[in-house]
Order: sequence, then C-alpha cells, then structure tokens
Amino acid sequence: MTTLNQTAAKSSAGLLSIAFVAFVGATVLFLAGHAQSATLHDAAHDMRHATGFPCH
Amino acid sequence: MIKRMLTGGILAGFAAGLLAALLHFAFVQDLILLGEQYEYGDLVHFGGAGEAPATGHDHMAATGDHAAAPDAAAAEAAAEEPSDFNRNALTVIFTCLTYASYGILLVAGFALAEHFGRRVGSREGLIWGIAGFVAFQLAPAMGLAPELPGTVAADLSVRQVWWLGTVLATGTGIALFAYGGNVVTAILGAALLAAPHVIGAPRLDEYYGAAPPELGAAFSANVLGVGLVTWAVLGWLAGRLWAEPEAG
Repeated sequence: MTTLNQTAAKSSAGLLSIAFVAFVGATVLFLAGHAQSATLHDAAHDMRHATGFPCH
Repeated sequence: MIKRMLTGGILAGFAAGLLAALLHFAFVQDLILLGEQYEYGDLVHFGGAGEAPATGHDHMAATGDHAAAPDAAAAEAAAEEPSDFNRNALTVIFTCLTYASYGILLVAGFALAEHFGRRVGSREGLIWGIAGFVAFQLAPAMGLAPELPGTVAADLSVRQVWWLGTVLATGTGIALFAYGGNVVTAILGAALLAAPHVIGAPRLDEYYGAAPPELGAAFSANVLGVGLVTWAVLGWLAGRLWAEPEAG
C-alpha cells in the first residue's frame, strides 16, 4: 500500500492542479449551459433543452 | 499534468459531443420543432388551449396570449430564428462544448481518484460516465423533467440553484458509496442522494403546457436515453485516454 501510494504520489496531479482543471470544466459548463446572455441563450437553445438544463 | 488532464477531457468530450449531436438529430430535434409549433400556436392541442402566465417562456411573454394570435406569433418567431443550418451548427458546437466540459470535470475526478491511489482505466471510466449521467442528468430530471420548448416552469434562477445543488449532492453521494467503503459513508451517501428530492424541486402549482403530454413524455425519455449513451461513451473514452494517453 505504501509503495502504491508513493507511486501514485509521484505520477498523480496535485490537488491544486485538479481544482484548477475542475474550475475550467465548471466555467465552460456554466457558459455553455447556464449563462443567460441573450446571444448565448439563443445559440445554445436546442442543446440546453436537449440536455435537461433549466433553460428559460 | 494539467495539460494531460485538459487534453484527455477535451478530446473525449468533443468526440462524445459529436455522437450526442448525431443522436440529438436522430431522436430529439424533431420533437423540439414539433414542440415549438405548439408553443407558437401553429398547432393546437385540444386540451392545451389555456392561457399562459406572463412569467413563462420569452416568446410567450413577448406575445401575450399566443393562442389568440398564432399568425403574428409565428411570424415574429420566424423573424427571430436563424436559418436551420446556423441553428443546427450552433447546436453541434454547443453540444460539443458541453460534453467537453463534462469530459474535463470527469478527468479532474479521475485525477482526484488517482491522487488517493485509485487507478482509473476504460472500465472504471465507463462506470464513472454512467454515474456522471445520473448526477448531471437523471437525478436533476427527476425533479425538473427536461423541458420541451414552450414549457412554463418556475423561476429560472431558483431552478438553476436546485439543479446545481442536485448535481453536487448526487455526485458526492455516489462517490461516497463507491469509494467510502463503510456504513457511515454509505448512510451519508444515501442522505445526499435523497436530500434534493426531500427538499423538492421548484415547481408551479398548475400546468400550462400547450403541447400534448405524449410529446413531452417522448421528449424527456429520448433526452435521457441520448444522455445515457453519450455519457457512457464519454466515460469509457476519457478513461482510456487517461490510462493510456498515447493510445488516443
């Protein structure tokens, strides 16, 4: 187990990088799926309905 | 490491997004267009001729009682709408973007699991993908069913807050079940899975749908089916790219 953890620690990402990547993903999701600017809403309209996001 | 995460997530997400777009046009788009015909009053369902409240859909709010002036409403809608090609191209682009964001979040989850010594490959990825579908689509849909265009629903920002809370609670609940490994985490996981539904999704007291219920039901079922297939493929692909970046 110790060996596994050491191996994982060497090759795995730090928590900060993981948080950064998750933040990037969440930002893209917010812009594509939830931001209410009229342009974004109209462009993403069919996709928002088809993914079950609250749209209007 | 950040580059490896973003590359894998985005690649898997765009590939899954293209599949989602293909399935969207096969199973969902026709129902959206049909729903809009009821929304604008081009078609009238015999049971759905009630007045919509002013808090409803943009197009309804702009035109008031749309059922009384279908021609005007339809003409206005037609003037607002982009061409079919533009509309569908934007749907493809935004579907890919959405699944890219899911892919990135999924890979961040893989990295977190690996940080704690759990390996993720394509098989685990498939399970993560199905769990992602449950967290991002199925659980929210059980409170806020996917809306056919023209559906009148509760205040948007309240629904968005409930949606986000449900995604977070469901995702954490599933993770506690999968990786917790004892009774306490299982009970906590179950409580988190149940909480959004105990609190209850924001709903209106009455129903205002202009479209036939059969159409809404078919739409919701197809949306969830397309979501499940796409999420499963997304998870499998993201897991494969995560385990063997060079194989992609």
